Order: sequence, then C-alpha cells, then structure tokens
Amino acid sequence: MQNFKTDFEKTLKESNLSEKEIAFKNINAKEFSKQGFPNRKDEDWKFSDINQIIKKEIGELKFYTGQSKETEIDKDVLLSEIKHNKLIFVNGQLARTDFSSEEKNKIQFLDNINDIEEQSVENSLINLNNALANKSYKLLVKKNYQIKNPLIIYHVSNNKVTSQNINLKINFELEENSSLKLIDLVKDKGNKNFINIFYNFSLEKNSVLKNYKIDQFENYNIRYMFNNIKQSSNSVSETFYLSKGSTFSKNEITCDLKGEYSSAFVNGIFSLNKDKHHEIKAKINHLVENTKSYQLVKSVLENKSRSVYQGKIYVDSKAQKTDGYQLSKAILVDETTEFNAKPELEIYADDVKCSHGSASGSLDENSIFYLMSRGLSYKEARELLINGFLVEVINQITDEPIKKLIKNLYGLKNEY
Amino acid sequence: MREKELEKLKDYKYGFSTDIENFKAPKGLNEDVIKFISNVKKEPKWLLDWRLKAYNRVKVLKEPNWQKPKYPKINYQDLYYYSAPKSFKEKPKSLDELDPKLIETYNKLGIPLNEQKRLNGIAVDAVFDSVSVATTFKDTLTEKGIIFCSISEAIQKHPDLVKKYLGSVIPITDHYFATLNSAVFTDGSFVYIPPGVRCPMELSTYFRINASDTGQFERTLIIADKGSYVSYLEGCTAPMRDENQLHAANVELIALDDAEIKYSTVQNWYPGDKDGKGGIYNFVTKRGLCKGKNSKISWTQVETGSAITWKYPSCILQGDNSVGEFYSIAITNNHQKADTGTKMIHLGKNTKSKIISKGISAGFSDMTYRGLVDISPKSSNSSNYTQCDSLLMGNKCGAHTIPYIKNKNANSNIAHEATTSKISDEQLHYCQQRGLNSEEAVSLIVNGFCKEVLQQLPMEFAVEAQKLVGISLEGSVG
Repeated sequence: MQNFKTDFEKTLKESNLSEKEIAFKNINAKEFSKQGFPNRKDEDWKFSDINQIIKKEIGELKFYTGQSKETEIDKDVLLSEIKHNKLIFVNGQLARTDFSSEEKNKIQFLDNINDIEEQSVENSLINLNNALANKSYKLLVKKNYQIKNPLIIYHVSNNKVTSQNINLKINFELEENSSLKLIDLVKDKGNKNFINIFYNFSLEKNSVLKNYKIDQFENYNIRYMFNNIKQSSNSVSETFYLSKGSTFSKNEITCDLKGEYSSAFVNGIFSLNKDKHHEIKAKINHLVENTKSYQLVKSVLENKSRSVYQGKIYVDSKAQKTDGYQLSKAILVDETTEFNAKPELEIYADDVKCSHGSASGSLDENSIFYLMSRGLSYKEARELLINGFLVEVINQITDEPIKKLIKNLYGLKNEY
Repeated sequence: MREKELEKLKDYKYGFSTDIENFKAPKGLNEDVIKFISNVKKEPKWLLDWRLKAYNRVKVLKEPNWQKPKYPKINYQDLYYYSAPKSFKEKPKSLDELDPKLIETYNKLGIPLNEQKRLNGIAVDAVFDSVSVATTFKDTLTEKGIIFCSISEAIQKHPDLVKKYLGSVIPITDHYFATLNSAVFTDGSFVYIPPGVRCPMELSTYFRINASDTGQFERTLIIADKGSYVSYLEGCTAPMRDENQLHAANVELIALDDAEIKYSTVQNWYPGDKDGKGGIYNFVTKRGLCKGKNSKISWTQVETGSAITWKYPSCILQGDNSVGEFYSIAITNNHQKADTGTKMIHLGKNTKSKIISKGISAGFSDMTYRGLVDISPKSSNSSNYTQCDSLLMGNKCGAHTIPYIKNKNANSNIAHEATTSKISDEQLHYCQQRGLNSEEAVSLIVNGFCKEVLQQLPMEFAVEAQKLVGISLEGSVG
C-alpha cells in the first residue's frame, strides 16, 4: 500500500483538478488505503480472492500511469466485419473517437466533466477507480435518437505496459426513447496488468441499452468490470458477457429497476481453460411493481480452470408482480476444474414469481455415444455438444448483426 | 363459540412454567462454574480437561455475525449454566422417587413418563433444564444391547464409547456456540446401537426449559454401529417468558458401515409474543458423520417455534456410497426469524444427498434458507439434488434463499431448484367455496405444500406436526 500512497500523490500533483475533485479523490484514496484489495473474507469475494490473485500473478503493482504518448493503434486491432462507431482506449488513455456515421449532436462524448456523485460505495475497487481514473468521461445519447451502428469501445494495451493498474470510468446517459448498442472489446498486448473499469448507466423512460462485453482473446491480465445500471420506467437493459481470454476476470453488474415495466437481461458464457478463473456477479434490485429480470449463465470448464456465478434477485416489499429468473449451468470437462455458484433470492413481497436453478456436471456420456455411433469422432461429438450448450446463450442476443459477429469471433459456424 | 376456541389455540399451549425449587450453579461463565458442573456430575478428569480446553478456546473466539437475523448482544456472564430441580441432588433411582411435580409437568406436555400409560412404543429420555429426569423402556432396550440413557449416565457407565466419539464430529475447535456447548454442556441423550441391531422402537428426547435466565446446553451423541438402524425423535418446549433464552445444543451422529440414522425434530420452543418480545434463541449445532460405507443419515425437521432459529443440520459423507438427506419445514410468523438449512459435504465416492426445504413466512417474520453443497475432487460419481420452496403470506415478511454450490468433481452432478410464491386466490377460493373457512383453507394448502417433508416423519409425529403447522399460521391471513 506504500506504493499506492506515493503513486497517488504523484498522480494528483500532475493533474489539473478543482478543489472539489481533489477532495473527492482524497476521500476515495483514503478509503482504498484503509480497505486494500478485497479478499476472501469479504462475502462478495468469497470465491475469488483478488488480493491473493494480484499478489500471485502480478506481484508489486504500479498505480502511477503518467501521461504516456504511446497511444499508437495497431491496425490489426480494429474490427472490419461490421460498420461501427469507435472509442479507443490505449493503456487507459483515450486515443480516438469516431462517431462519423451518426447524426450530428445526437451523441455526445464529453471528457473532463465535473460530475461527482457524492454517494459512498462499499467497494474498495470503485474507490480505487475514483481515486485514480485521470478523467471522467460521459457519453450522452439525446432524446428520441436511436443509434444506427453499434459503438465499439476498444480496450487496448500495448506491450510496453506491465504490472500496471489501469483505471477507466465512463458515465452513460440515455435520454427518453433513445437507444445504445455498445460492444466492449478487449484487445490486450500488455500483460500482467490490473484493469479496473467502472461504467455508470442512467436509463431514462423507454430507453434501450444493449451491452456486449467480449473478452475473447488470450491475455494475461487481471480484469474487473463493474456495470452500475439505473433504469426508469419501460426501459430495457441487455447485458451479455463472453468471458474467456483473461487470466482472471470478474464482471459485476447491479441493476436498479426503479421504474415500472422496466426489465433487465443478463446473459453470460464462460469458456475457460489453462488455470483461468472468471466470475460473474449480478445483482438485480426490483424496487417497484411489474418489473422483470432474467439471468442465464453457462460455463464450460477445462484444464484447471474455475468459474464462479453469484446472482442475486432482490425484491422490495413494494415490488409486487415481479418476475425474476436465474439459471446457471456448468459442464466440467475434466477432473481438475471447479464450478462455484451462489444463486440468491431475497424477497419481501408476496405476489411474485421468482425462481432459480443451477446444475453442474460432466458431459453426458449417452449423448456422446449417440453421436459417435453416427460416425462422429469423440472430439467432434464433444465439440458439437459443447457448442450446442453454449449457443443457447448467444441466441439470447436480440441484435442480429451483433449475434452473427459474436458467433464469428467465438468461432461458431452460422448453422448453430 | 368458534372464535373462543380459536383464541385459546392461538396461545402457546406449552407456555406454563413449573414451580419447582431449583439447584443452580452460580451465575456467570468461568472456570469455577465449569469445575462445578463437572463436579456435580462426578465426571472423570479427562472430561473436565476437555471442557477446560474448550473454555480456553471460547475465550478467544468471537460470536459469528454473518447470519441474517441480528439479535441483541447476549451477556454470557448473566446466565445460569446449570439448573436442576433440587430433588435431583441425589438422582432418584426410579420413577416412584421422582418429584410428582415433574411427572405432572410432562403429563401436561403429553409425554407420560409412566410406561404403562403409554400406548405407543416410544422410549423417551426427558430433559428438564440441565438434567435428564427419566428414561423409559430401558429394560426392553437393554435386552437387545441398545444403550439409551442420559449422557451423564453414559459418561459413568460407558466411558470408553463416550471418550471415543464425543467431539469426533463437532470438535472443540468448532465455532463459538458449539465450543461454548463443549465447555458447559450439562445433559442430553446418548444412544448406542450395537452391530446388526434394528432398534425396535422410536427413541425420543423431550427437552424442556423451565428456569428463567438459564441457558440450555445439552449434548446428544448417537452412534449406530455396523449394520444397525435407529430412528430418533426430538421435541422441545419452553414456558412463556419476556426475556430471551439461549438454547445452544450440540448433536453428533455417527453412522458406521451399512448403518442408518433417522433424526426427526419437531421444534416448538416458545416463539415470543405477537410483538416479538421474549422467546428462545435456538442456536443449535447438529452434524452427522457417515463414517462407514453404505451408511445413511437423514435429518427431518419441523421448525415452528423460537424467536430466532439458527441452525444447519449437516451431513459429512465420508464413507463411499453413503447417503445424506435433509427434509425441512420452517414456519415463521409474527416477529420470528429463521436462518436455517443444511450442509452436505461429499468426501467419499458415489455419495448421494438430497435436500428438500420448505419455508413459510407470515406476519413480520423473516425466513432464510442457507445451504452448502460441496463435492470434493475425490468424491467421484456423487450427486446432489436440492429443492427449496418458499411461501410468502403478506408483504411485511421476507423469504430468502442463499445456496452455496461448489462442484470440484467432473463426474458429479449437482442440481438445484428454488421457487418463491404465495397462496393463490384461486386455491383459497376453491377451498372456501367447499365450506372451509379461510384459516382452515390456508392450513390445508400449507399442509399440501409441506407434504413431501411431513411424509418423512414417523406416524405420531406427523399428526402432531400437521396440527402444529396449522396453529403456527393462525391469524396470518385476514
């Protein structure tokens, strides 16, 4: 933690901030120094001791980034399959923005806004983010505007950074009747960094958010992403995780369904091997009547990997007629893997329909036998079963071009 | 007329207290009190040492605080750790010498200690505050070689068995309440079933807290030797008192090769009054060890009483092919709180476990199912099935489900299901249309909801439990 103190002071000195901002950063830095990285004693981190993981995988972490000029973008980073808007962050620094295919002034990307929320959080990683994120960005989608092409946020690191803590914070505001399609694409060349990303979403009436987080490519980073979504009436949020590439990743999502008829969908795939350890933690708060939530998470685990799913449905006593559903399934391909789940229900209203299910086990021998008896090799049979198992989650994606893109990226043929 | 009858039922009918002179240890928790208890019970030195070792650990341990129902801090120095009827200074040799007031108390509770009066063949060990007052049907059991007596008696007569198994499932290095129990436990039941014997009758313990400011710390130890079978019942009540009383028992079950233990509880401690004043804190540690191959332990519980119920009857499935089962109904009404569930820890190969939990909450109560299923890497071909359903009545109460699922074995399967719902208007309407009043209708529907668990109870208990389910929910639907 000594490292953190000196690095924080250095960062603060170099930045050009108002007194209010400095005070805000100081409070958060103090809180983080007090708490440190979460460990297994925290109920929320029971299955993933990030303190240990950082120690083991990274060792000493550097918190000072400085204003590096190294923000060149390699050509092979950009996706060409789909027409899209771009936000490119290299090593946590904004390198390029491109909204050329959208109407002017309908989407605004603002940086350096002095929008400080005073609410305190009980999450030391958010404290860390608040203290160190050098800029606070805001993306605004104007009233009645539907985004034409998806926005891809590239999270790129180059091989010059290592053992570095990278923080990024973006606030999103979707005004009435607007919609946003957002893809987070992880493309890392740097290794052994701790990447901490914090998104705040505010969804006004009738707005639609679709967020797809794709961590497909092999990298050796520790990643924490937190989505905090507040939803007004009739809004819809759809979040999809493809959790595969990083050494460690924890995706946390909190949805507050604050307006009637709002709904939240959280879907995720874990496809892990080689000692990887990934987690999804979802908390859906049903705060008013007639809200709906749906969670589906599937894991395929190989070769010493482990996945964790912690899902919670909270139903306030006012939130009658809630419909909440959670399902988590896992295939443990070999002996060395581990699946942990904690699907929670916390319910204070009586006229609700809430259920959860969880199942884990090995690949079904009978199905493999059936396929092999029809001429497939063991490998083919296994692949077919696993792909069929996972594709159910991908098929939940409501945007056709993006569904196709994700299948492509994952290496699934279109016939699935 | 009908209303009057209902009014009467609403009261906790076991809420009377017996006016009896007590012989107590001085208030407070310290080494002297532990020595006092050990001395009164004429215990051997190894047991006193064991107790003191546990006490030394209690001093450094902290009370756990992760549970959902919070309670005011308990002042452990303000409790009596030993309380016995004065007439027990010298233990009576037979029922004839027993204080008539005690016999009367148990008659009032519907537990006649006189064997002739008993129609059903259930052997009872009755525990009053800190001591066991009587054990029935001893002769019949002795014939078969079955040992069924109070644990104090077992310490005197069968020290080898006690020494071998006491603390083997719940060691003195366990959590706060279990360790506290190890330090100050007073009495409880001891059962040993010899190899190959099928116990011919149900064994039963009836716990009664009478004295005020007393904590009840009993310890039950059941050992089923190779190839044996036993079914054991436990019932409990307490007088209505305004202060909260602590009940921190330890129950250890050990099943050796091919043995089976069935443990049923109908827990009806005083739940406190309508405003949540008084009632028992039921912080019990129950754990069963399937030590041998093909062994089986099955827990069935009906939890209707206590201000706070906080317990997780668990199974450690150590032997290959062993089976663990947990059936539970937990009902909370008024201001009652419950945080209950089970742990199934799979260690052996081909082990199986099944969890059926039904939670019902009404009034201002709060009900939590918390469970753990842990399949270790060596426990291949194991499986677990969990089903936990909750029923809510009104929007002032809460129902929560917190399962922990850990699968570390690729050849094992875990399936978990949970639902939360309410009694539908259609169901109520249908029953009322056929002439049932709303309370009867609710009772009928709830009994249907609980049927899977009630079926697991021995006959006599099932009837009682069914009535209890109805009574507990009285006044919850308006």
